[in-house]
Amino acid sequence: MEVKQISLFLENKKGRLWEALNVLAKAKINIRALSIADTSDFGILRLIVPEPEKAKKALEKNNFTVRENDVIAVGVSDKPGGLAEILKILTDADINVEYMYAFVEKSGQKAIVVLRTDSISKGKKALKQAGVTVLSAQQVYSL
Amino acid sequence: MIWDKQAECMRIKERQALQLERLKAIVRRAYKNVPYYKKRFDELKIKPSDIKNLSDIRKLPFTTKTDLREGYPFGLFAVPRKEIVEVHTSSGTTGKPTVSGYTRKDIEIWGEVVARALTMCGATKDDIIQNGYGYGLFTGGLGIHYGAQRIGATVVPVSAGQTKRHLDIMQDFGSTILTCTPSYALYLTEAVAEAGINIKKLKLKAGCFGAEMWTDRMRDEIEKRFHLLALNIYGLTEIIGPGVAQECEQKNGLHIFEDHFYPEVVSPDTLEPLPDGEKGELVLTTLTRDGMPMIRFRTRDITALRREPCKCGRTLVRMDRITGRTDDMLKIRGVLIFPYQIEKALLEVKGVEPHYQIIVTRPQHLDEIEVQVETSKKLFSDEIKGLEEIRKKIEKHIENSIGLRVKVTLVEPKTLPRSEGKAKRVIDKRQL
Ligand SMILES: [Zn+2]
Repeated sequence: MEVKQISLFLENKKGRLWEALNVLAKAKINIRALSIADTSDFGILRLIVPEPEKAKKALEKNNFTVRENDVIAVGVSDKPGGLAEILKILTDADINVEYMYAFVEKSGQKAIVVLRTDSISKGKKALKQAGVTVLSAQQVYSL
Repeated sequence: MIWDKQAECMRIKERQALQLERLKAIVRRAYKNVPYYKKRFDELKIKPSDIKNLSDIRKLPFTTKTDLREGYPFGLFAVPRKEIVEVHTSSGTTGKPTVSGYTRKDIEIWGEVVARALTMCGATKDDIIQNGYGYGLFTGGLGIHYGAQRIGATVVPVSAGQTKRHLDIMQDFGSTILTCTPSYALYLTEAVAEAGINIKKLKLKAGCFGAEMWTDRMRDEIEKRFHLLALNIYGLTEIIGPGVAQECEQKNGLHIFEDHFYPEVVSPDTLEPLPDGEKGELVLTTLTRDGMPMIRFRTRDITALRREPCKCGRTLVRMDRITGRTDDMLKIRGVLIFPYQIEKALLEVKGVEPHYQIIVTRPQHLDEIEVQVETSKKLFSDEIKGLEEIRKKIEKHIENSIGLRVKVTLVEPKTLPRSEGKAKRVIDKRQL
């Protein structure tokens, strides 16, 4: 199973981020990773949660525009150059990275990087061939 | 089905003779009984006897909403107040309201023209008409009510803005015809979906929607979501209320009940009459109204008249769907545009929902238009780049069709006002 990310549209208005997170808190959904991309007018909130379907439903019920898509999660050793290495592998394989964000797992040993490439399957293949640890959905959700 | 075949399918020559006879009579009555008209006619040195042909109507002065306000409240009545059995007012959003007075005969005529309109939508005495127009000073609720009663249909006077009740009644009573504003109809389709009601279990077959401007795109949307035939009704309080004109199932314009309301289209700039087929301001003269005759009332609505025969068999002239109001005309950087032009362009972009708002500002001596569009699942992308592309695509499309640059902003779904009455589409923040 692929790692699912849910993303939602946010207007750049005070309190909207809080409202979105509050919806998830009320639905008792833990957030594994979170990133916000924004322009002057709007933002996109991206989340990795253990129960993406449930989160999506809760948010939609509260009038958020939600989308679900596959991403790649890899473990990167928490030392300089770890991330650069990943990007190099993908660039060499001619795979575009649309966006990425990272978070550190609880033990603090490793950073988890979430990647959105133009082709998820090609991206995964390239990384695996280069010996990078690509995490399964289960591994990511249970962090 | 045709409610009054004799009147609606009358030979054109015959109808013109009837119109002339009625025009002469109403001009005489207005001159004799309403000091306002006498004064205006005298100023232009016109006597009622100068009306010899229908085209002589052009000699008569126009009446505007301002004239009506100056006569507030009863200044334009042509009968003693005790003959007036009902009054309505039109909304006073732009000043004092205007008052419309009806004699008993006027109310009967009103019921008659609305009966024609509802019959065009397929209503018979077997139907249950769920009336979602506001009851009260607004003419929508009672106008439809009188027409429905004239037909002998079962009318359910739910009135406006009772969404839960509308949904319950729609299901429990098995209403067959829905009457309300098109924006409220659209709102109801959302409410129906949210409540998880199975559309197939509803018995609605037609909707008679009006009292605000709407588009064919909105019609398609309502028809698709509600599985009904959505037809356009037109009217205004100053003339009578709903029932001045109604679209037939051919959907090629609204038949004006011209044996009661004589239409002209004039240039909003020069006030010169325009030929059939050309867009301009609609001017109406009541031909039969006793309580308050209206001579050449400037409706401020933009339309064109069409006289090609209609397949439905009615010989009544048709007017295009109202595409703008002279007072909505926006002068942006010197260019005249109507909000409907922006709406039309906007809705041509795939995935755009018919919920938007136009905001006009003048930050630095230069007008700017911002069009706020609600995102939808179809439009949303998890990438900034993707959303920016959609935004730019909408901007480009609007610019190509109106010739002006606009700024498009994406907003969250269901955040733009869905008024339960009239949708407010344009906010002009310029201080002119
Ligand atoms: Zn017709």
